[in-house]
Amino acid sequence: MTGASSFSGMVDKTFWMILGSSVIMLLGITVTMILFMVKYRRSRHPNPSDIEGSATLETLWTVLPTVLVMVMFYYGWAGFKVMRETPKGAIPVTVQARMWSWSFKYENGKQTTELYVPVGRPVAVNLESADVIHSFFVPAFRVKEDCMPGRKNHAWFQAEREGVYDILCAEYCGDKHSAMLAKVVAVPADTFDVWLERGGGRPTGAKLLQLKGCVACHSSDGSKLVGPSYKGLFGKKERVITNGVEREITVDEEYIRRSLLQPKADVVVGYQPQMPEMGNQLDEEDIQLIIDYIKRQ
Amino acid sequence: MAESKTGPAWTGSYLQDYGSRRGLLAWLTTTDHKRIGLMYMAAMFAFFTVAVLLGLLIRLELMNPGMQYVTPRVYNSLFTLHGVIMIFLFIVPGIPAVMGNFILPLQLGADDVSFPKLNLASWYVYIAGAILALMSLFVGGGVPDTGWTFYAPYALRSGSNVSLAVFAAFVLGFSSIMTGMNFITTIHRLRAPGMGFFRMPLFCWGLYATSWIQVIATPVVGITLLLVIMERALGIGFFDPARGGDPVLYQHLFWIYSHPVVYVMILPAMGVISEILPTFAGRTVFGYKAIALSSMAIAIVGYMVWGHHMFTVGMSDTARRVFSILTFLVAIPTGIKVFNWMATLYKGSIRIEPPLLWALGFIFLFSIGGLTGLVNGALSTDIHVHDTAFVVGHFHYTMFGGAGVGLFAALHYWWPKVFGRMYNRKVANWAWGIFMVGFNLLYFPMLVLGIMGMPRRYADYLPRFHGPELVSTVGSWVMVSGIILMAWNLVRAIKRGAPAGDNPWGGTTLEWQTTSPPPQLNFAASPSVTTGPYDHTALRAAAAKEAR
Repeated sequence: MTGASSFSGMVDKTFWMILGSSVIMLLGITVTMILFMVKYRRSRHPNPSDIEGSATLETLWTVLPTVLVMVMFYYGWAGFKVMRETPKGAIPVTVQARMWSWSFKYENGKQTTELYVPVGRPVAVNLESADVIHSFFVPAFRVKEDCMPGRKNHAWFQAEREGVYDILCAEYCGDKHSAMLAKVVAVPADTFDVWLERGGGRPTGAKLLQLKGCVACHSSDGSKLVGPSYKGLFGKKERVITNGVEREITVDEEYIRRSLLQPKADVVVGYQPQMPEMGNQLDEEDIQLIIDYIKRQ
Repeated sequence: MAESKTGPAWTGSYLQDYGSRRGLLAWLTTTDHKRIGLMYMAAMFAFFTVAVLLGLLIRLELMNPGMQYVTPRVYNSLFTLHGVIMIFLFIVPGIPAVMGNFILPLQLGADDVSFPKLNLASWYVYIAGAILALMSLFVGGGVPDTGWTFYAPYALRSGSNVSLAVFAAFVLGFSSIMTGMNFITTIHRLRAPGMGFFRMPLFCWGLYATSWIQVIATPVVGITLLLVIMERALGIGFFDPARGGDPVLYQHLFWIYSHPVVYVMILPAMGVISEILPTFAGRTVFGYKAIALSSMAIAIVGYMVWGHHMFTVGMSDTARRVFSILTFLVAIPTGIKVFNWMATLYKGSIRIEPPLLWALGFIFLFSIGGLTGLVNGALSTDIHVHDTAFVVGHFHYTMFGGAGVGLFAALHYWWPKVFGRMYNRKVANWAWGIFMVGFNLLYFPMLVLGIMGMPRRYADYLPRFHGPELVSTVGSWVMVSGIILMAWNLVRAIKRGAPAGDNPWGGTTLEWQTTSPPPQLNFAASPSVTTGPYDHTALRAAAAKEAR
C-alpha cells in the first residue's frame, strides 16, 4: 500500500529495514535448523560432541543483536519525532469522535463529516471524544492517535497526493466499531481555500444532527434504531427510567436539553444508556436549533 | 540419602487409587501433584475446545465482507469470550499448571510440591473462577462485549455483564498466585541433594522466572479489576472521565500486569524447548547459564515495557521513547535463547521424533512472533500497525505459536511419562505438519492485513481486505484439523498405546529415572545429583555396554 503523506516514505523505509532484516534472520534460523537436522541426524552422525558453550559466541550474539535493535529503535524514533512536531502554520482541524461517527470542525466554524485537506500543506488535528476511546487512523498517511474522552490528543500530517483516503476507528468502541468510517479528501490547495470559504458559519438543525452523528442511532421517519426516532417525538408522553425508577414524562424543550447534556439521566424504557454527553460538542445556539428541528418532526 | 521404600505407593502407578477413597472422589481430594496436573489438564482443554470453537466462528464471520452469520453485538461477544477464555482459563495456567505441576517435583527429585494442599486449593479456585466466568454469560445484562482487556470507559458503560466477568478474572488471579508461591518454595527447598541452582533443569528455571512474575504482578491486576467493579457498582470515578477519572490510568494498571503475564505464558514454553533439544540431539545443552539467566532477564526487563501497548493513547513523547527502547532490550535475551538452541543442535546426534518437531515448530513460529514484535517496538512503524490485525497476528504467533505450541511439545515429550504409553508417532508427525501449514495460513494473512490498514476487532471490513481474510479463514479449518488429529492420537494412546518404558527418549533429567507412569511418591529411592542436568555420558556408556 503506497503512502500518501509527507512522512509515509520515512515510515515505510523503517518498515522495509525491520522486515528485511527479520526475513534474513528468520531464513538464517530456519535454514540452519534444517541443515543441522540433515547433517547431524543420528544415522549420519552417531557420536555427538558435548560442547558446553562458548563465551565468544555468547558475547557475539548478545552484542550484534543489541546493535541491530538499537539501529531499529533509532529509525523508529527518528520517524516518530517528525510525526510529533507539528509544523508552524498547520491548518487546525478539531476531530470529534463519538459512538459511532466522526465530524470535523474548521477554525472558521465550518463543520463536515468528511475531512477536506489541501495537498502540500500541513494539517494539525486536535482529537476529541465525547464518550469512549476511539482512534483516528488514516492508513495511507501512516497516522494514528487515540481520541480520548477528557483529554486532548494531537497529530498532524501533510497530504502529498490528491485522492480520497479511508479514516478508520482503530480502538474498539462497541457495536458499530467497524462501521465508524469516514474519508479524507485531499484536494489542491487553491480548491481547498475556496471550499473552506463557502459554507462557513452555523449549520442548520438537520445538518447538526448529521454532523454530530445523531442520525446513526435516531431516525426521522419513525423507524426504531439504537435510540428513539425524532418523528412525532415532541409533546409525546414517554416512559423513562430515572435513577432506576420508571416514570412518565412529556417530551418538552427541557427534556430534550437534558437528553443532550445528560443522556443517562432519563433513559427511555426499552433502550440502553449508550448516548454520549454532547455538552462539549454543541453550544447553546446549536441545542436550540436541534430542539426547533425536533419540534417540526 | 538413598533409603529405599516399600509398599504400593512406591511400586504401583499414581494412576491407581491408594488409601480409603476410590474413583472420582479420590481424584477430587488428591494432593498428589501429578493428579492435580492432570485435573488442570482436563479442565483447561475443555475450555480450550470452547475457545477454539469461538475462534472458528470469528473466522467464519470474517470470511466474507458484510455480516453473514451473527450481529456485530454477537461478534463482539465472540472475540471477548475467545480472549477471556484463552488468556485467563487456558494460557495463563497453561504449561505451569499442567506440565509444571506434573514435572517440576519429578525433575527436582522431590516427592511433591512444598504445599500439596495449597496446590489442590489453587485448582478449586481456578474452577470457581471458571464457573463465575461461565455464569457471566447467562445472568445479568448479557454476554460481555468489551474485549478481554476491559478498557475503560467502555467497560464501565457497557450494559453487558462486565462486573461478573471481571470478578472471575480477579478470582483466577489467586489461583495463579498460589501456584507461583508453591513453585518458588518448591524450587528453593526441595531440590535433590547435590542439585545446586545451576544444576537445575532449564524447564525449572523457566517455571522459576514465571512464578515470580505471577506472585508479583498478579495483585496489580487484581486491584485494578476491583476498582472497575467499584466504579461500576458504586459510581466512584477512577477511570471514567465523566466522573473525574482517567482512562489512561486504567491502561497503565492493566498492562503493568498483562504485559509481564505474556512472559508467564512464554517462559515455561521456552523451558520445555530447552529440555527437548538436548534430549533429541543426544548431547548436552549449549550455553546452560546463558539460557537460565536469560529467563530471569526476560522476566525482569519484561516488567518495564508495558507502555508499548499504549503508544497511541497520548502518553508523553518521552515516555513513548523510553518504552520503545526498553521493548527492544527484551528482544536481546530472547535472541540469546534462540541462538543457544540452534547451537545445541550443532554436532548433536539428532533423532527426529514428534517432540522435536514441535520444538522446531516453536522456534520457527516464535521467531516470526518475536521478529514482528520489532515492528511493534519501533515507534514510527508501530503507530501504523497499532490496534490492527498485524498485532493480532503477532501475538498469535508468540502466544499460540509460542506458548501453545510449547504446550503441545511438552505433551508429546512427557505423555509417555505421564501415562506410561506411547502414542502413534507417525500420526503425531502428520498432525504436526497439518497444524504448521494451517497455522501459517491462518495467522500470516493477519500480518499482511494489518500493514494494509485493517483494524482489529472489526465485525465487518472494507472489500479491499477480502483476499487475506478468506485465506485466513481457510487456514483456520486446516489448523483445527491438525489439532483434532493430534488430540485424537494422544487420547487414544492413554488406553491403547504401546507401553512406553521408563525412558523412551533417552532423557537425562530425573523424571526419566523413575517408572512410567511414576509411583505415587515419585521415586523408590530419593535421587541425588552429581552432574549437570544434560550429561549424556552415563546413558551413552549404558548403550555402548548393551551394544557389546
